[in-house]
Amino acid sequence: MTTVLDVTDFSVEFRTRSGTVKALDRVAFRIGRGETMALVGESGSGKSVTAYALLGLLDAAGRITGGRASLEGVELTTASPAALAAIRGRRAAMIFQNPRAALNPIRPIGQQIADVVRRHAGLSRRDATSRAVEMLREVGIPDPVRRAGAYPFELSGGMCQRVMIAIAVATRPALLIADEPTTGLDVTTQAVVMDIMAKLAGETGMATLLITHDLALAAERSGRIAVMHAGHIVEEAATRALLAAPRHPYTRRLLAATPTAAGDLAELRSIPGNLPDLRRADLPPCRFAARCPQHLEACEAPMVWRDIAPAHRIACWNPA
Amino acid sequence: MRGVLWRLAGSLPALAAVVVVTFILTRVLPGDTATYFAGPTASAESIAQIRTALGLDRPLPEQFWSYVVALFHGDLGMSLTTGQPVLVDILARLPASAELTLCGLVLAMAVAIPLGIIAAVRQGSLADHACRVIVTAGVSLPVFFTGLLLVYVFYFLLGWSPAPLGRLDAFASAPPTVTGFYLIDAALIGDWETWRSAFAQLVLPAVTLGLFALAPIARITRASMLAVLGAEFIRTARAAGLASRTIILTYALRNALLPVVTTLGMVFSFLLGANVLVEKVFAWPGIGSYAVEALIASDGAPVQGFVLTMAILYVALNLTIDLINRALDPRARQA
Ligand SMILES: Nc1ncnc2c1ncn2[C@@H]1O[C@H](COP(=O)(O)OP(=O)(O)OP(=O)(O)O)[C@@H](O)[C@H]1O
Ligand SMILES: [Mg+2]
Repeated sequence: MTTVLDVTDFSVEFRTRSGTVKALDRVAFRIGRGETMALVGESGSGKSVTAYALLGLLDAAGRITGGRASLEGVELTTASPAALAAIRGRRAAMIFQNPRAALNPIRPIGQQIADVVRRHAGLSRRDATSRAVEMLREVGIPDPVRRAGAYPFELSGGMCQRVMIAIAVATRPALLIADEPTTGLDVTTQAVVMDIMAKLAGETGMATLLITHDLALAAERSGRIAVMHAGHIVEEAATRALLAAPRHPYTRRLLAATPTAAGDLAELRSIPGNLPDLRRADLPPCRFAARCPQHLEACEAPMVWRDIAPAHRIACWNPA
Repeated sequence: MRGVLWRLAGSLPALAAVVVVTFILTRVLPGDTATYFAGPTASAESIAQIRTALGLDRPLPEQFWSYVVALFHGDLGMSLTTGQPVLVDILARLPASAELTLCGLVLAMAVAIPLGIIAAVRQGSLADHACRVIVTAGVSLPVFFTGLLLVYVFYFLLGWSPAPLGRLDAFASAPPTVTGFYLIDAALIGDWETWRSAFAQLVLPAVTLGLFALAPIARITRASMLAVLGAEFIRTARAAGLASRTIILTYALRNALLPVVTTLGMVFSFLLGANVLVEKVFAWPGIGSYAVEALIASDGAPVQGFVLTMAILYVALNLTIDLINRALDPRARQA
């Protein structure tokens, strides 16, 4: 499988008035063509920061402090802002939660799609408009010619998310980052939206990074899962292997706290303790240590990645 | 369209209230019109005569009724100071005020909107600091003060601008009236001599009004631009790799303009008020100075006419703002 996105030792910090937030620390993962990898973890674990940092969308306080990230062989961490802007939307696209707010409220949706294809495919205005209609049809929006003139407030949340997908995939990107794409949608709509993404990924070989709270969704829709905790990826494995035999204590807690595997991490209360304060200067090598039931003396040693089974990595000195 | 008609209908009670209030106001104002007009040497008898002639001896409700009936015939009464029908006076002077106010507003917009945009896009830059200084200075300088200061510096000290005595210098004659705006009328017949004269006269009062309007427009542009730039759909536009020009002008600015337009309406109505003072300072023959002179002479009809004109302008203004908002914002068209 060709690697589309290859991230190694990727670190991000935010300079704030109250100190430096070490939001990501040596994050590493790969996604191959046509593959869907889920990035799961509690709120505040750094999932969105990962996505924004990769696409060069961090706000002024945020900075990539180390590591590499290459998309189709192009290094993102050292790319100029202009080069990044040309890659964004063309080779890597992103969709967000709360699709209605993510669309320009006073611009017809067809226009918003056309803006993107005009920018990246250099189409004429008319060609861009017909491409927009085509995309609306592709994401299953009924009566696309008429709907192209509609405004976001005239569409349901699910329809808005389809428009977001249409914007994202109109240029046939190699990578789609979906940051909680179904949060706030009802269950049926969630399934429809995920089906559309899966279908497009299947047809175009697009790699998908699915960021979610929802373990059930990850279980159902991803080939691999990476578990993130406080800016570290703590475990990564094929979805089936990870669900069947989680090895990192945090992953085990997550799964145990989701008895039917259909729960939502946002509602979990049963993982004791909080994420550590990422502004601390003396963050322990394992950021889960303070909450970990299996904590050992050895856990104070610098953390290293270990393969404990084929394609199953963890960062833990005392795995279950 | 129906929404617009509703708005129009909704403003009728306000207009009616203005008619009542102005009527009452001119009756309770100090100074007796009849006495003023009869002159200092008049006998009680001739004063009474004038009072009867003006209808001032009849009961108030009756006076009000005839006032309203006259209004519906487009009769705003006679100005006792100019001896002309008030409507004629006001129509003749309105273009002077309109030209001045619009120039002031356009000037303020031309500076404040780009400044607000740049201040928001480049936070902490020179433009951002300039914006902050202007906003602070703008709210603390009263308009007559800036007017007098400008006259002092540019006419008295530097001699760069002509005497602040109206719309044209003494040797120029007004261009034939088409719009009543001297700049336009002079340009229409290609009379650039007059155009230059009108322009030179207009600069200082327009700048005075412009300075007054600058602060609120710059502030709201900056604030609303900042708010929009932080919105989620801007993040989408950036994630889609749109050019920053497109993001700032097509995505951010158009959305940011919605509150700016509403503010422009407010600023414009403040300007109408500020106009009165500025016209006085620059001897500008507009409706503001007309009203002030009438007020000093206890001449009721022009004052009533002025207030009514202002009220109609406010209504028209709000309607225009509404229409612009509808054009800009599809959600407003829905409601
Ligand atoms: N602009 C910023 N300034 C300072 N810290 C930030 C900033 N953005 C994010 N962070 C910090 O980075 C960490 C990770 O945030 P992130 O938004 O990636 O979490 P998340 O996993 O996406 O959570 P959620 O599931 O709630 O979306 C948090 O601790 C947050 O406080
Ligand atoms: Mg997030």
